[in-house]
Amino acid sequence: MTVTAPSLVQEFRFGLEAPICLTWELTYACNLSCVHCLSSSGRRDPAELTTAECKRVIDELERMQVFYVNIGGGEPTVRPDFWELVDYATAHHVGVKFSTNGVKITPDVARRLAGSDYIDVQISLDGATAEVNDAVRGRGSFATAMRAMQHLADAGFAGFKISVVMTRQNAGQLDAFKVIADRFGAQLRITRLRPSGRGADVWDELHPTAAQQRELYDWLMAHGENVLTGDSFFHLAGYGQELPGLNMCGAGRVVCLIDPVGDVYACPFAIHDAFLAGNVRGSGGFAGVWRDSELFADLRRPQSGGACTSCSAFDACQGGCMAAKFFTGLPLDGPDPECVRGFGEAALATADSAGAPRPSGDHSHRRAPVPISIGRRPDGSGFGEASRRESRSVPDRACDQSPLAGFRPEAG
Amino acid sequence: MSTKTLGFDLDSAWRLHPQVSVRPERFGALLYHFGTRRLSFLKSPALLTVVSSLDSEPSARAACAVAGIGAAELPVYARALATLAASQMICRKTTQ
Repeated sequence: MTVTAPSLVQEFRFGLEAPICLTWELTYACNLSCVHCLSSSGRRDPAELTTAECKRVIDELERMQVFYVNIGGGEPTVRPDFWELVDYATAHHVGVKFSTNGVKITPDVARRLAGSDYIDVQISLDGATAEVNDAVRGRGSFATAMRAMQHLADAGFAGFKISVVMTRQNAGQLDAFKVIADRFGAQLRITRLRPSGRGADVWDELHPTAAQQRELYDWLMAHGENVLTGDSFFHLAGYGQELPGLNMCGAGRVVCLIDPVGDVYACPFAIHDAFLAGNVRGSGGFAGVWRDSELFADLRRPQSGGACTSCSAFDACQGGCMAAKFFTGLPLDGPDPECVRGFGEAALATADSAGAPRPSGDHSHRRAPVPISIGRRPDGSGFGEASRRESRSVPDRACDQSPLAGFRPEAG
Repeated sequence: MSTKTLGFDLDSAWRLHPQVSVRPERFGALLYHFGTRRLSFLKSPALLTVVSSLDSEPSARAACAVAGIGAAELPVYARALATLAASQMICRKTTQ
């Protein structure tokens, strides 16, 4: 995405007729249990949208001329109707970009994907080595992702995306990620770790240090538009020059999230009642929520900079990410927890982190989460073990049948 | 940007690229190219009228006339069209 005119960004802040970029999480079911999962996914929710309901949403997106949707989850490809929905969307002029851990990307699937201009694929990879990746995403997940990428490359799918969430552990691997992307003819996409979902439990241990953040900024500036960021690092504009992209918080203005049960949130990183705008099952459908929700109307009004207004970097960073502030217990009109001037760190020191809002839902697997060891925890415990133990004691759900029962990823 | 686009050929017949979708907005329009997967923007309603008229008009100059673009403004619109041509949002009718 290339935007240079500030006046246009100003227009975007007041909202658009339809989102530019809509994230749609099709299911909370996932074969993995990534420690930083933004949607606390694992188990399917019994109230997830049916195939017919999903198709009605796609019909609406076509009418609203939403060019494409970013489909995620959970692991969207484990929905039995996933390919049916992808075909339905593309037949109705709604392009699909989906995020996957690669578990279902067989050679056949890869060939099929390569044949469509309307489908783009994003493989999640959070380490350039199995050691770093699997510590966060689970044992074997590096091999699964690499296999999927090999299948896509073999099928001639040029320019698929490799999506990396930047952490303290993988920040030193930026060049190695680029090598992997180049090897597969893929494009690298680096995004920001948010304290959302299970990410809230591990953010303290996983988010990059201030020094790493500075190195990341320099690296991204050097690589320009060849590396995508989903506009997620706009808070780094406080260093000086803006990174390519819109450089604004798009929540409720140009982006939003539809979750698996049809709830519409201001952004994918804000699954909390405070950012819930409505549900696509309501009488006005998705379009009604987008156009008429009070929450979205609020977000489209000029925002107060609060404590940041007097900072010389405020025009550039806009106070940073709303979700990052919210889930670390910082006021929404104060500095971002990763403020490049260090104001966030200072604010965190006095913030009531125990009183920080908790993500609204939790669909985590009830079994023990991914074992983690990056070699610095002699007791063998993982990131945020204590807090996750607490969040695992969730009430029984009507549906805990694993959608992956009996399914084994192909060997090799 | 290639040298071809520096002087936009207003007298040729142009069209919206068949893989491009246009969505009108308050400020003008959003364009999305499904082939290049890139987004672009039309920063005025008049430019949207120009782009929407390309298909039915024999030349880009005629499309500008439909939108009521005067001679003084023409270079500005030619530059905007050149940018759209460079990103393959519009293409020559003969090159389909």
